[in-house]
Amino acid sequence: MAQPDFGYRSETGVARVRGDWTLRALAPTVGTLRRQLAGVPQDADWRLDELERLDSFGATLLWRAWGRRWPARLQLGDEQRRLLEDIAAASAQPVPVPPRFTAVDALVLLGTAVLAFRAHLADFIRLLGQLLLDLLRLLRQPREWPLLEISANLHKVGVKAMPVTALVGFLIGVVLSYLSALQLRAFGADIFIVNILGLGIIRELGPVLVSVLVAGRSGSAMTAQLGVMRVTEEVDALSAMGISRTIRLVLPKVIALTLAMPLLVLWTSGVALFGGMVSAWVQLDLSFGFFIDTLPRVVPIANLYIGLAKGAVFGLLIALVACHFGLRVAPNTESLSSNTTASVVSAITLVILVDAVFAIATRSIGVPG
Amino acid sequence: MSAAPVIELRDVVTRFGRNLVHDGVDLAVAAGEVVALVGGSGSGKTTLLRHIIGLTRPSAGTVRLFGEPLLDGPAERVRALQRRFGVLFQQGALFSAFSVAENIAFPLRESRVANEAEIRDLVALKLAMVELEPAHALLKPAELSGGMVKRVALARALALEPELLLLDEPTAGLDPDRSAAFVALIRSLQRRLGLTVVLVTHDVDTLAALATRVAVLGERRILSYATLDDTLKVDHPFIRRFFHGEHGRRALARAQGGD
Repeated sequence: MAQPDFGYRSETGVARVRGDWTLRALAPTVGTLRRQLAGVPQDADWRLDELERLDSFGATLLWRAWGRRWPARLQLGDEQRRLLEDIAAASAQPVPVPPRFTAVDALVLLGTAVLAFRAHLADFIRLLGQLLLDLLRLLRQPREWPLLEISANLHKVGVKAMPVTALVGFLIGVVLSYLSALQLRAFGADIFIVNILGLGIIRELGPVLVSVLVAGRSGSAMTAQLGVMRVTEEVDALSAMGISRTIRLVLPKVIALTLAMPLLVLWTSGVALFGGMVSAWVQLDLSFGFFIDTLPRVVPIANLYIGLAKGAVFGLLIALVACHFGLRVAPNTESLSSNTTASVVSAITLVILVDAVFAIATRSIGVPG
Repeated sequence: MSAAPVIELRDVVTRFGRNLVHDGVDLAVAAGEVVALVGGSGSGKTTLLRHIIGLTRPSAGTVRLFGEPLLDGPAERVRALQRRFGVLFQQGALFSAFSVAENIAFPLRESRVANEAEIRDLVALKLAMVELEPAHALLKPAELSGGMVKRVALARALALEPELLLLDEPTAGLDPDRSAAFVALIRSLQRRLGLTVVLVTHDVDTLAALATRVAVLGERRILSYATLDDTLKVDHPFIRRFFHGEHGRRALARAQGGD
């Protein structure tokens, strides 16, 4: 590989280009050469006949040095001339520059977002309606129930989520109990740890905690799975076989998560209470027996029902949102990633919104005193 | 330039678990050749191509590109070596988050040699080279037809002025008309830029139109490595089926009639 070389003599006005003018050969010295080229006056006599190799990058460099037109005096080989002619033709037809972002674009963007939200809402309602119709059909034709899929999904979203929800629940229980114990001991109100943990975890923390975990774990997986099936046209293949995609793909996920979530809530709340119990025993010297004895007296059973009901509703919402976004994935990677993100974020937001509604609707139920 | 072959495979062995795919593959591709790699499905054509790209590593044997070993040595040198060839993947493998122009500009930007203004000119040139309109530059890959995706991918493969072009099934998924046009484009670019080309294909039309030599992969090694005419004389069941089957015969007759 010959070194690219350039020399200009102001006395004779001759600009000589020698060696290999290729991307690879030019890379180390391109900055210097660019500066040297820029210093050559317009009327120079260009000698390119000693060039060994010229590629389109080298040719672009020269073409720009000439101010994007042919110099008056120029010597070069046929091959190079052809390449430079191509460059000249291409630079006469420049690639359009994407238009700049203006205030109008911002307004359009806002309008698009509003319309997109409306489209989401309409799609979501359509999905819901389709699921209801499917349910009606399944009630009339019980043989079509996708039982195998439901059970597979139950295993995937329920059983396999148990370790992680248990770990997080246990740690949250320990931390909550530890922090509350510090405060309660200052007032000598040690026994109220049972009330705080019982009410807080069973009614509120358990369902919300599990929802956030499940939205991140199973919701994203559902969206991604449906999304990839859209990308690979598997969803279309299913429709082409006359098999309802809502019955086969969406319904099993929705039913499975609606069934699995209350169970997961029960499991996680239990483990979290156990963590709180351990911490209370270490910190406040409350025995397990006392804790278990006191719990049903200070926390009315209605709280457990509220927690389980929340679990079922949150599970339904997460699965619906996940499937909704999964079916909207367009066949490219960008759409897959944005829809998966949107699915998780929307599911968590929706869960917390609905949790607030629950809190207001059930404000007079199951709260002692 | 040195007389070292552009690609040199020696004693390449590939094993996937218990499955032996290649057992002593030797291949040397000289500069300026257009080599078609053919073989039955599952014969490891694409795997061999991936060894040459450096995406996978053979279980044994050496891969040398431009006379230098691809598999070992400092990462910096391997990267420099990888910038000397361009790859056209079967599905195009365009970055779907980027527009056409950004896809073509991407390798140029990453190499940090050309500045923005030069990149714009080069993108316009590459687009013209693959016979696309400047107006296509702002489209996203999802908005392109199959033939256009291949053309943009070819333009991107050519962005860093490679000496070697590797094509994986360049005409798969194109209709015969488009496929012929794309083959003609590759041929004219190869002649103009003096490229060395290795293509994996099972399309006899493409092969007959492009290849100066044919490497037949079978029985875990190279069965024959010769010009198309000499390959046709080799007596082997696969070669008979591939070239002398009904479709192969018609394609060869077409190619010879066309020349």
